[in-house]
Amino acid sequence: MTDIAIHVEGVRKAFGSVQALDGVSLQAEQGRVFGLLGPNGAGKTTLVRILTTLLLPDEGRATVLGHDVRTQREGLRPLIGLAGQYAAVDENLTGRENLVMVGRLYHLGRREARRRADEVLERFDLAHAAGRPAKTFSGGMRRRLDLAASLVGRPEVLFLDEPTTGLDPRSRRTMWALIRELVEEGTTLLLTTQYLEEADELADRIAVVDHGRVIAEGTSDELKARLARDYVEVGVERPETFDAALAALRDVTDEEIQAEREALRISLPAVHGARDLLDAVRRLDAADVELADIGLRRPSLDEVFLALTGHEDAPSSPGAPGQDGRAEERREEVTA
Amino acid sequence: MTATPRRSAAPGVLERVATNVSDTLVMAQRNLMRYVRLPRLLVFSSIQPIMFVILFAYVFGGAIRTPGVNYINYLIPGILIQTVLFGATQTTTGLADDLSKGIVDRFRSLPMARGAVLAGRTLADGLLRNLFIVGLMLAVGAIIGFRFEGSVAQALAAIGVVALFGFAFSWISALIGLLAKDPETAQVAGFIWVFPLVFASSAFVPVQTMPHWLRAFANVQPISVTVNGVRFLTSGGAAPGVAAADVWQALLWAAAILLVFMPLAILQYRRAV
Repeated sequence: MTDIAIHVEGVRKAFGSVQALDGVSLQAEQGRVFGLLGPNGAGKTTLVRILTTLLLPDEGRATVLGHDVRTQREGLRPLIGLAGQYAAVDENLTGRENLVMVGRLYHLGRREARRRADEVLERFDLAHAAGRPAKTFSGGMRRRLDLAASLVGRPEVLFLDEPTTGLDPRSRRTMWALIRELVEEGTTLLLTTQYLEEADELADRIAVVDHGRVIAEGTSDELKARLARDYVEVGVERPETFDAALAALRDVTDEEIQAEREALRISLPAVHGARDLLDAVRRLDAADVELADIGLRRPSLDEVFLALTGHEDAPSSPGAPGQDGRAEERREEVTA
Repeated sequence: MTATPRRSAAPGVLERVATNVSDTLVMAQRNLMRYVRLPRLLVFSSIQPIMFVILFAYVFGGAIRTPGVNYINYLIPGILIQTVLFGATQTTTGLADDLSKGIVDRFRSLPMARGAVLAGRTLADGLLRNLFIVGLMLAVGAIIGFRFEGSVAQALAAIGVVALFGFAFSWISALIGLLAKDPETAQVAGFIWVFPLVFASSAFVPVQTMPHWLRAFANVQPISVTVNGVRFLTSGGAAPGVAAADVWQALLWAAAILLVFMPLAILQYRRAV
């Protein structure tokens, strides 16, 4: 058994009449990636702010590495790192100056702070720009600098609040690779995201958050399996064999079969997984149906999310929600 | 328990003081770098007080009668105080800017001294930058005919009182910046309270010409008291209507403002955001 790094129990937080967190409980294991997945305004940022000592919960209890976020903040702060939705760096300082400043505030000595700054600059591929003011950095570079700043103090637990929101696909991949490396080195990570793909890629466990509550929790496979079954998808090559294919597949399962005649596609629930796929292949072959495509499919996390939240403003594919989404969540959670 | 903290949980008093000082200096350095990277900020914030000197010395000055002292010598202490007050308002906008950009979130999640973000800001804006502008104003004053009439010690004391006063007021500005939260609000909120204080005072005109009710206010408010104190020091005690007591009262005001607004601002910093 691994140790629990983050323990949250019944945490509630309201901003005026808005109940941002409505009784959240979760546990994140040490050395793993815990993903908080949810739409804008779900309460993800509020939880991160509570766990990083920026906000006090109204009710409930939360500990990070055994430190109570309410009563043991001073002991906790040296152990955590935070990189936010905003690239929280000083625009007028150079990349290196930003990191040295953060190092000094972690109370590394002057020389150690410089050494550490150069180390993370090198690692995050920012060494070439280290002497330039941060305001000249591209969006991806700023985000990397922000992440670098959160690592200067060698935190044991790292909080990343929507680390790739607003980044282009390439910068997003770079961030993912960096984040994976950190986890391999044993850093515990709590990551919030509104991108299903990101949670799927990075997180060992995912908690789906909506309206301040955790509405589902598990590995991404568990979440998918719990909510939707695997299915066999068949693409028929020639229209005249479509009915034959449909008849053949009726023998595979008693479950409801979905047929799209125009698209020449048929899908059927695979209650027995790969066995149903094999069965389907044999029967279609016996019926002389020429296939364009056949495969065993898992439902996408998007489908899972929709099934869970039952509303449309769900997280979507990366790149869709832009600046507005981020600003909205921030406003709601900070000033409401 | 799953992990032990790397640093001792209860640092001693000395260590705490050292941490506070070091964190404050790191923050002050960061804020001063702003003027290095954005020299135009310093240029424009210097032009404004110079315009005030010229405006009062040459436009209004001729119409203002200051018995017993020439107007330039009367004016410069007022200009110095006005300059550090206006300068202190940059603390308001600077802090609000930091808040809105999220960098304060980072600072607050770091194991740094709680008051250092504010102390570093007030030290940079309210003291060091203000000292620079005060030097500049004295140079401009010297060109148009201002002279220290007292001893060197009195001249230095005058500068010290001005600097201390600016530092104290930058804590009020810090509190306003923390309450305003966004730079636009801070821009407006930072200035409105300064205007009546500066103009309903003895900074530019003798209060004797003001209506009775306004004079009652102008006589006792901290700007008048401090300007009178500075005027006492720059004139070597020769200016009419000012006394050494004004200097002590000015110091008391500065101390009182620090005593009240420093804890309030730090409290607000820790609480809100």
